[in-house]
Amino acid sequence: MWPLKWKKREQEYRRERAEFFSAVSLLDRRSFIKVAGMAAGVAAAKTALPPHSFQLVDVVSAAQAQPAFRFAYISDTHLYERQLNERFVKAAMRAVQDVNALNPQPDFVLFGGDLAQLGQVGELDLGKQILSEVKAPIKMMVGEHDWFLDMGDKWKELFGPPNYSFDHKGVHFITLMSVNEKDFWTAKNMTPMQRMLTVAGLDNSAQSRFEVGVEGRNWLKADLAKVPKNRPVVIFSHSPLYKYYEPWNFWTEDADQVQAMLAPFRSVTVIHGHTHQMLTNRIGNIHFHGMLSTAWPWPYAPMGLPKLTVQMDRADPFDEADGTGGGQISVHPGGYVDKHYNLWGRNPVVVSKLYLDSWGKQDAPPAPGFPSY
Amino acid sequence: MNKRYMKVIALMMFAAVSAFALREAFIVEAQQKQEAEAKQEASPLVVQLCDGTSKLEIEGLKEGDVMPPEMARNIAAKMLATVAQEKAKQTSKWTARDRQTWEREQKRLIEEGDKLFHDWKALGGTIGISCDMCHPNASNTHAETYPKFQTQIKKVAALRDMVNWCIENPMKGKPIAADDPRMLALEAYMTAQRKGVPLDPGKH
Repeated sequence: MWPLKWKKREQEYRRERAEFFSAVSLLDRRSFIKVAGMAAGVAAAKTALPPHSFQLVDVVSAAQAQPAFRFAYISDTHLYERQLNERFVKAAMRAVQDVNALNPQPDFVLFGGDLAQLGQVGELDLGKQILSEVKAPIKMMVGEHDWFLDMGDKWKELFGPPNYSFDHKGVHFITLMSVNEKDFWTAKNMTPMQRMLTVAGLDNSAQSRFEVGVEGRNWLKADLAKVPKNRPVVIFSHSPLYKYYEPWNFWTEDADQVQAMLAPFRSVTVIHGHTHQMLTNRIGNIHFHGMLSTAWPWPYAPMGLPKLTVQMDRADPFDEADGTGGGQISVHPGGYVDKHYNLWGRNPVVVSKLYLDSWGKQDAPPAPGFPSY
Repeated sequence: MNKRYMKVIALMMFAAVSAFALREAFIVEAQQKQEAEAKQEASPLVVQLCDGTSKLEIEGLKEGDVMPPEMARNIAAKMLATVAQEKAKQTSKWTARDRQTWEREQKRLIEEGDKLFHDWKALGGTIGISCDMCHPNASNTHAETYPKFQTQIKKVAALRDMVNWCIENPMKGKPIAADDPRMLALEAYMTAQRKGVPLDPGKH
């Protein structure tokens, strides 16, 4: 009957669309023709459905420069144990399926922190188990939700030290623990769980601000000392390494000091979690990209939003996956990246190197239909 | 609640002050001598009336000093007389005291709503999701836009309908009654966050 036919058509459309977008992100000269053909096919299939703008325009912009390599990310899964909340578990598993379906596979997968919701052993173990399904090598980053129950003991036992660096295809990668907080709990006689719940509340003003801290900055200084200034640097931090909105810790207290340490380098990119939204910033030589959460989207903060950020549409509360997802990062040969936001149930968005290079004058992502209230 | 009112009444009567003064007179006298030097730079003793605005600095006494009973009675009588004079002049039946009550009760309700907003168990949630997880500081709850038509539920919804929708769906709990004190508190908290934002019912 009609609804059945419609469903079949829609499934076909979604399949083609998914194929199209995975091809776009992998584009080289030879496959350009193939993808363009596929786009035409999608356009033809679209006659019965509302029009989208994701065809040839996206192909052209993606064809502008060839990335040297690509990695994927999953971030902010906020897992409770399965018996309490299955939704977040399923969302994390969906993200794992997404990255495993990438063909060819990304060079590695970054996990962006906040694996657990309350840093509990069962949550972290479950997270490790889910992430063990990822086929590509995985790079772990810690978030405040993983840390403040036992101050990182379980996380470190499972995943190793929170600060580390590695070189990959000519790029120096650094994973930096940026969610330390000055002791607010001892004076208040808090139990470990009270401390954890305080930090877990985004709008809980009883906590301190995030910081890399003296120890972390010393570690970073020593690490950077070994890196030639013209080598591209990519930093993973859970909190944005700049100051966006203090009351929600969309903030790193010693960001200015960290930025000063990075200023001498030719190309620096920061990929951060915590903010659960499309977020773009540039400060001098540093490009900043936020990651999506698999669990839920945060609204944009009432002030301090970086000028270069093109907001994602307000999330539809009636669709529990809306505003969430994962994504990929294409690293260009000379450094800097294209950031792919794979929003579940929406058209993907690319925030390109060109957009940031040109301070937003070129290759701007599409404006939201419904920005924040 | 009763305790709070009792405290206010006790203050107003000044009788407590007098009684205290009598009982402690001897100890206080000895202490006063010792502390006289230390208190030289302390602020003067201020007596406040229960209307919340009338204050009187007591000459010769410092903060923490206790008035002799006779003096306390005189000052109380003087202050009450002044207030009675002022009251005779005013055109409104509402006093600063009323205003204090309104503000206090509003604040209490908002604080209760704030607590509920951060407590999934108190709202009957079952999967660890509380309001603040998607709406820090009640952001994106935009109380000023209701009532409005919601395509997804095919009807005009009030803010409380959306609260119940959230309790039932993302929080996996049971809806609460429109006149449930918890609903009132949640509404107070959410609307307080949008204080000063122009009303815009129907905005999407």
